[in-house]
Amino acid sequence: MFHWLEKHPFFLAVGVFLVISFAGLVEILPNFAQQSRPVIGTAPYSTLELAGRHVYIKNSCNACHSQLVRPFKSETDRYGHYSLSGEYAYDRPFLWGSKRTGPDLMRVGNYRTTDWHENHMKDPSGVVPGSIMPAYRWMFTNSADIDTAFAEQLTIAQFFSVPYNKPVPMKDGSTTVVKMGSSVAEANALALSEAKVIAADMKDQDVKDAVANGNIPEIVALIAYLNSLK
Amino acid sequence: MENRPLEYDYTVAKMFMLTTIILGIVGMLVGVVLAFQLAFPELNLVLGEGLAEYTNFSRLRPLHTDAVIFGFTLSGIFATWYYVGQRVLKVSMAESKLLMFLGKLHFWLYLVVVASVVVSLLAGVTTSKEYAEFEWPIDIAVVVVWVVFGIGMFGLIGIRREKSLYISIWYYIATFLGIAMLYLFNNMAIPTGLGVSTIGESGIGAWYHSVSMYAGTNDALVQWWYGHNAVAFGFTVPIVAMIYYFLPKESGQAIYSYKLSLLSFWGLMFVYLWAGGHHLLYSTVPDWVQTMGSIFSVILILPSWGSAINMLLTMKGEWQQVAASPLIKFMVLGSTFYMFSTLEGPIQAIKSVNAIAHFTDWIIGHVHDGVLGWVGFMIMAALYHMAPRVFKREIYSKSLMAAQFWIQTVGVVLYFTSMWIAGITQGMMWRAHDEFGNLAYSFIDTVTVLHPYYAIRGVGGLLYLVGFLMFAYNIYKTMSARPVEESELQNASPMGA
Repeated sequence: MFHWLEKHPFFLAVGVFLVISFAGLVEILPNFAQQSRPVIGTAPYSTLELAGRHVYIKNSCNACHSQLVRPFKSETDRYGHYSLSGEYAYDRPFLWGSKRTGPDLMRVGNYRTTDWHENHMKDPSGVVPGSIMPAYRWMFTNSADIDTAFAEQLTIAQFFSVPYNKPVPMKDGSTTVVKMGSSVAEANALALSEAKVIAADMKDQDVKDAVANGNIPEIVALIAYLNSLK
Repeated sequence: MENRPLEYDYTVAKMFMLTTIILGIVGMLVGVVLAFQLAFPELNLVLGEGLAEYTNFSRLRPLHTDAVIFGFTLSGIFATWYYVGQRVLKVSMAESKLLMFLGKLHFWLYLVVVASVVVSLLAGVTTSKEYAEFEWPIDIAVVVVWVVFGIGMFGLIGIRREKSLYISIWYYIATFLGIAMLYLFNNMAIPTGLGVSTIGESGIGAWYHSVSMYAGTNDALVQWWYGHNAVAFGFTVPIVAMIYYFLPKESGQAIYSYKLSLLSFWGLMFVYLWAGGHHLLYSTVPDWVQTMGSIFSVILILPSWGSAINMLLTMKGEWQQVAASPLIKFMVLGSTFYMFSTLEGPIQAIKSVNAIAHFTDWIIGHVHDGVLGWVGFMIMAALYHMAPRVFKREIYSKSLMAAQFWIQTVGVVLYFTSMWIAGITQGMMWRAHDEFGNLAYSFIDTVTVLHPYYAIRGVGGLLYLVGFLMFAYNIYKTMSARPVEESELQNASPMGA
């Protein structure tokens, strides 16, 4: 058979394809039948949080920080409850990372504050002596891309039925509604109102001024995202 | 006509040899910068505060991985295909205007993609998925490049004179199919422009932005099915294709065992794809997928070692060549690193070992002993073998080649040993508890302790880069400094008198 295949490249290629696609069919497809469902308490990202997530991705934060708490005592001691599949239901793409040059950020919103992030992103080793993380000062001047975040919200609400403007169950039995604008202007207004809450806790005068003038620096969006990680 | 040796046309092979060298220098240089940034964080500002956004570790890191995988390695695969393909199929590119056109088109489109990737990654346009960072417009261009490559490949196979496909061709075909399948499925995404248009809007936000078709755990599963097998079909399958051709050619020895090569080929094809789950141990993917990933990773030792042993036994009775020829040294040490790396990988895929190793530098060490020791050595050996035949000149300097071999070998050893120690140290410190059951170390303790190992790793990487520059110089001098021979030297060997 093998000698025959070596003289018939088409059938060799078909054979190779069948053999290599087999594993994917068995391992991956069954999980798609059972779509990732959100756990109680997991809500979609708001416009500003999503814009912050884009800042996180733009700067490849995931190259050094994981978002996956493994079920070991040392990890739950350090980072909190181990990760559950449903907590990632709204993560497109997933940001688990593959390397922990810095600590895990899965639940960073539980134990770091806006103030801490502001100081840390400006001067990491000033906050954590010995830190090898670079400073990200340009995030204080670059503007966050709210429009793209809004376009993504429209897309995922349309294609993946992400429940914006709908009640989402919370852990305490209540419900919450994550709002999505119906126009670019409304989306920007929503993001700005969120940004003002963040900026109020910050010290950088330029950032405060920018937000007061209706412009949202990347750092504000990023902090909104990091605070949402719980 | 029939009895005259064919005049093979190496135009396209030469073009890709050039990008192999240039993108190799770029990828490795960025790698060295990154390595030293971890040891000395001030280097994040290497070009000053104003350009910090473009020179800091996190922005450069995808550029390093992609330049080495899709720049250096892929160029090497293409260069060797346009050389080996003609020779084992016994047909010249010059015989078909169409194939020649496709080959050149392949090269120029590839260059366009490379340029757009560099620009977009520096600008921070990325999907975040490792080795699949490109946004959808580049993905489409990549697919076009791949299709052109595939048509050219099957076209050449279609007009071949030698009816039986040599082993290397099986591996090149598998490379083409494997990457095509993986790349397509992993990069499935919906451009947000399309999403916006469904509600009658347009032009909201960045036009190139897209959102992954898969969410959370499913996305992770597809990504690591891709990520692991990009290693399979980028760093293993085509490199095995190279060694099956170049080692017998260079040593004058026949492949040790045909049956072993059959077993290794089909075994590798079947087993490799299952092993992706080992990147997701103790994550939220289903337990059975994790276990399958572990088990198949261990089984993977068989086909991997099958190829490597087949290569080493090909040298049976001719071991004096290893001492005499630096080129044979590269290939034999490459095979040895392949064995070593394909044993190390399965060990790391065992769940209890992975609990320590995952997320640490030990994984980085593993990747690099494979890529520097196996992929890098094999591609350089292939180019060293090709250069005298393609440029019709003897290799410029054998002693430079030998010096390069030893410098790079020392570099690789420094690299992986320092990363072993760093990884296992950090993994053990993360999990250490004191006598009261509290965590023994804060996270930063586990970072500062790594400083010396990061410095040693930087030196190791630098040595490898220096060796690569020696390689580039040697090839450059071969191309330009010696007089042109009339025709291909009959038994041309870079070591020949």
